[in-house]
Amino acid sequence: MSATTLSQRPPVDREHALFLLREMLRIRRFEEKAAEMYSLQKIHGFLHLYIGEEATGVGAMQAFSPEDAIVATYREHGHALARGIPARVLMAEMFGKVTGCSRGHGGSMHFFDASRRFYGGYAIVGGGLPIAVGLALAEKMQGGSRITGCYFGDGAVAEGEFHESLNLAALWKLPVVFLCENNLYAMGTALARHQAQTDISRKAGAYGLGSSAVDGMDVLAVEAAAKQAAQSVRSGNGPFLLELKTYRFRAHSMADPDLYRTKAEIEEWKKRDPIPLFQSRLREWGFLADSDLDRIEAEIAAEIDEAVRFAEESAPEPIEDLLKDVEGPVTT
Amino acid sequence: MTEFVMPQLGADMSAGKLLGWRKNVGESVRRGDIIADVETDKADIEIEVFTSGVIEKILVQPGEKVPVGTVLAIIRQEGEAAKAEAPLAPKAVPSEAAPAKPVAPVLPPRPAVTPSEPGRVHASPVAKKLAAELGIDLASLAGTGPGGRITLEDVQKAAQARAPQPAPTPELDRRARMRQAIAAAMARSKREIPHYYLSTAIDMSRVMAWLTQENLKRSVEDRLVYGVLLVKAVALALHDVPELNSVWSAGKAVQLTDIHVGAAISLRGGGLIAPALHNTDRQSLDELMKNFRDLVQRARAGSLRSSELSDPTITVTSLGEQGVEAVFGIIYPPQVALVGFGKITERPWSSGGQIVSRPVLTATLSGDHRVTDGHRGGLFLAAIDRILQEPEKL
Amino acid sequence: MTYREAARAAIRKALREDPRVFLMGEDVGGYGGAFAVSLGLLEEFGPERIRDAPLSESAFVGAGIGAALGGMRPIVEIMTVNFSMLAMDQILNNAATLRHMSGGQFNVPLVVRVATGGGRQMAAQHSHSLEGWYAHIPGIKVLTPATAADAYGMLLAALHEPDPVFIFEHATLYPLEGEVDEAAQLIDIVHASVTRKGKDVTLITYGGTLGKTMQAADRLAQEGIEAEVIDLRSLRPLDTPTILASVAKTHRAIVVDEGWRTGSFSAEISAQIVENAFDDLDAPVARVCSAEVPMPYAKHLETAALPKVEEIVSAAREMISRHD
Repeated sequence: MSATTLSQRPPVDREHALFLLREMLRIRRFEEKAAEMYSLQKIHGFLHLYIGEEATGVGAMQAFSPEDAIVATYREHGHALARGIPARVLMAEMFGKVTGCSRGHGGSMHFFDASRRFYGGYAIVGGGLPIAVGLALAEKMQGGSRITGCYFGDGAVAEGEFHESLNLAALWKLPVVFLCENNLYAMGTALARHQAQTDISRKAGAYGLGSSAVDGMDVLAVEAAAKQAAQSVRSGNGPFLLELKTYRFRAHSMADPDLYRTKAEIEEWKKRDPIPLFQSRLREWGFLADSDLDRIEAEIAAEIDEAVRFAEESAPEPIEDLLKDVEGPVTT
Repeated sequence: MTEFVMPQLGADMSAGKLLGWRKNVGESVRRGDIIADVETDKADIEIEVFTSGVIEKILVQPGEKVPVGTVLAIIRQEGEAAKAEAPLAPKAVPSEAAPAKPVAPVLPPRPAVTPSEPGRVHASPVAKKLAAELGIDLASLAGTGPGGRITLEDVQKAAQARAPQPAPTPELDRRARMRQAIAAAMARSKREIPHYYLSTAIDMSRVMAWLTQENLKRSVEDRLVYGVLLVKAVALALHDVPELNSVWSAGKAVQLTDIHVGAAISLRGGGLIAPALHNTDRQSLDELMKNFRDLVQRARAGSLRSSELSDPTITVTSLGEQGVEAVFGIIYPPQVALVGFGKITERPWSSGGQIVSRPVLTATLSGDHRVTDGHRGGLFLAAIDRILQEPEKL
Repeated sequence: MTYREAARAAIRKALREDPRVFLMGEDVGGYGGAFAVSLGLLEEFGPERIRDAPLSESAFVGAGIGAALGGMRPIVEIMTVNFSMLAMDQILNNAATLRHMSGGQFNVPLVVRVATGGGRQMAAQHSHSLEGWYAHIPGIKVLTPATAADAYGMLLAALHEPDPVFIFEHATLYPLEGEVDEAAQLIDIVHASVTRKGKDVTLITYGGTLGKTMQAADRLAQEGIEAEVIDLRSLRPLDTPTILASVAKTHRAIVVDEGWRTGSFSAEISAQIVENAFDDLDAPVARVCSAEVPMPYAKHLETAALPKVEEIVSAAREMISRHD
């Protein structure tokens, strides 16, 4: 999949292009605010930011309908926002409030939303893959046509659950799109230091499923590739592995001093920041004026300010409810 | 104005050391700029600013280590007028982690406890043990523990209440307390121990003759008194009937290996005490004599060791000096036997078909019938007699 | 019918009555199950519902979780409890946490059947009794059927639970005969049962050691000691009130557990008794457990390692005999 070039006609209409830009910007601004709130001790525990990877989350999400299921990772703020979960309930979750998307039980790494079939952020690397396989199995056995999108990182590729899940999904021809967001580092370990075969999409061949790789800094390329992958899955060809080559600009987490990579490397990748890259193309196409950007930024700033205010003002879950969601009542 | 604070950089960070500023007062900064470097326990980290504006004031200097949340600098936001006076000093912001108010712990529901049968005494194991040792009836106590359980403290308090109370003058106090302690022990003994009594008359002529010869060899201060021979004879006789060397504990007799005879000593001004001569059966007569003198002296001076008071396994009381013919003593709990000796008197004695005059002493045994009976008690008195007929072996 | 047939009958009934139910695990189909529990089911229900899985415990247990999230009622079979360790991530980090971590939005109605226990000379990688470890985890239920009736009834009841249920089937029980009422309504899976009444000592056990414990009770009865036997049936939730009621009557308790002693489920029972029935005890709680050794292969060694009837009898005798 090659990136679209300036000489080509715009492959998208203006409205959709501005939507994609806005979605990426929402994630960027949300994450910046999360970092600030963490530094001010409003957010605690682990905080893994998605800055730099916005095109993969936003682009790939376009391949899924609201009926499809999504399984994500612990770096899932971008997935959750792109899925349409309001920023305010995500911020409230990180603030540990009862209004959070998981009632403050999960925090930054465990966003859930049943109404949007967002089956959660999983913080054991690779742990979400078998769940996605099971969701797809249920769908297939029920004769449904919905598919499952499963995000994970390059680190998960080293886990047994990656290999077991790809094999099982392929064996049973289950409707899963495996979305590997390869940001080149498993926490601080570079891909080449944990994989002999660094071309992740090639691993699919061993299990008999289709695969491709795409520039994860190009939101349109990601969208196109993801839609193609989803189409293959929807057509009954079994699962598909799509590798999204991306990079995170921030450290692994707020506690990470980023000692394992050079500033020069980060700066080199920042030249390919998916947001300015996309903005300049939109300007080329005449889709984006300064006033558009100002308006979008202002709307996002208002949304995020409101999210912080909402989180701040929300109540925590009453201590009396501590044990409430451990086991449920027997129904049928 | 915006406060630029020492940021939290990880869940386990409580403070950071400012390594240096990358911007000075008066310089403008933009949101996202790195404006300082901070050292944490993990590493040196570049610190970004989340506000655009001008640095108005720097409050923390490089090299200082401050808690997370401490204001490091004041930033005047774009469009804001400079403040004439910035009276701010570094201040630590209380961590959010500290809960505003103590929260009640949420406990799992207690399983329904089945009420146990009526009449069962609830007491802790250690309370039961102590109560048995002191002869305290648990049913008479009201427990103060959870669910009315009788605790160790409850038993200790009951024991104190029974024991003498402190009084103002030490001497009177000590005497009164002793009287009360004796009263309690003797009353308990008579209440709980089914006593039986046996007596026998012992010909003391060999003992007295041997003693006279022995004392001729000794200096005045080393001379033996016959009472020491009686004590040793009792100790050796226990080898024949070891069940008398027992204590009654937790509803049963516990036979002891070591023999510690408690020698009753009357105190000036009243009272009685029977401290232990440790390992009586293994001491020589000279050792026993020396140790007995020492005990009497210290008993009267009130400087006995607690082990000497708690260790006796049998008591010997000798009231010959008081002109008593025979003693029928009360056993000192938790012991199970007491041997009494009266005075030595010249009596007519049948020997080889002849009536002769002999120094004779009446020995009595008070025995705990829960532990021994008259048959074993009789054998024991006979053993004392036999041993005293061979004083040279003592 | 046998315990094995009872388990099969329950699976068959569930498959017939609920289209959401399917069986998944290693060799459950063509092979008929490592313990022949699912023998014949493939022919009746086909490969979609009697689903042979690759040797990927983590993936197929995780897929069971995902399928449960997706509206199915999976029965996952793990061949032995030792193999279940390969799926521990999915069990502990996902199955048990999802309801709570999602703020109550998602529940996992999953049933996992696991063969457990020793006594068949399978040595140190197929013979342990690790169900006590599972009982440590909030968010799941742990059932230990000891009879054919429970092997049948517990599986059907488990399929009506909203959260993950683990059923540990002691492998020596499969040939055990017992009465099963196939027409019965859903059985109670939260209460222990008093399998034998007695007044002198309470013997608390579950699963594979119920038989040995009942034999011990018979022997004790010949000596004039009337032992009460409690079959726990469920380790989580634990029916503490039934244990306490018995101890309040007998004042003595012995826990019989095929797990190891240290840090074990028998320790939990013992602690529950001390915490809640302290004043009713006439003797310290005793335990009869497996020796602290990986399970040996040789028959005499394996027998020596496992709890024995004689040990239970001696423990009771020692506790009751007078020492005056």
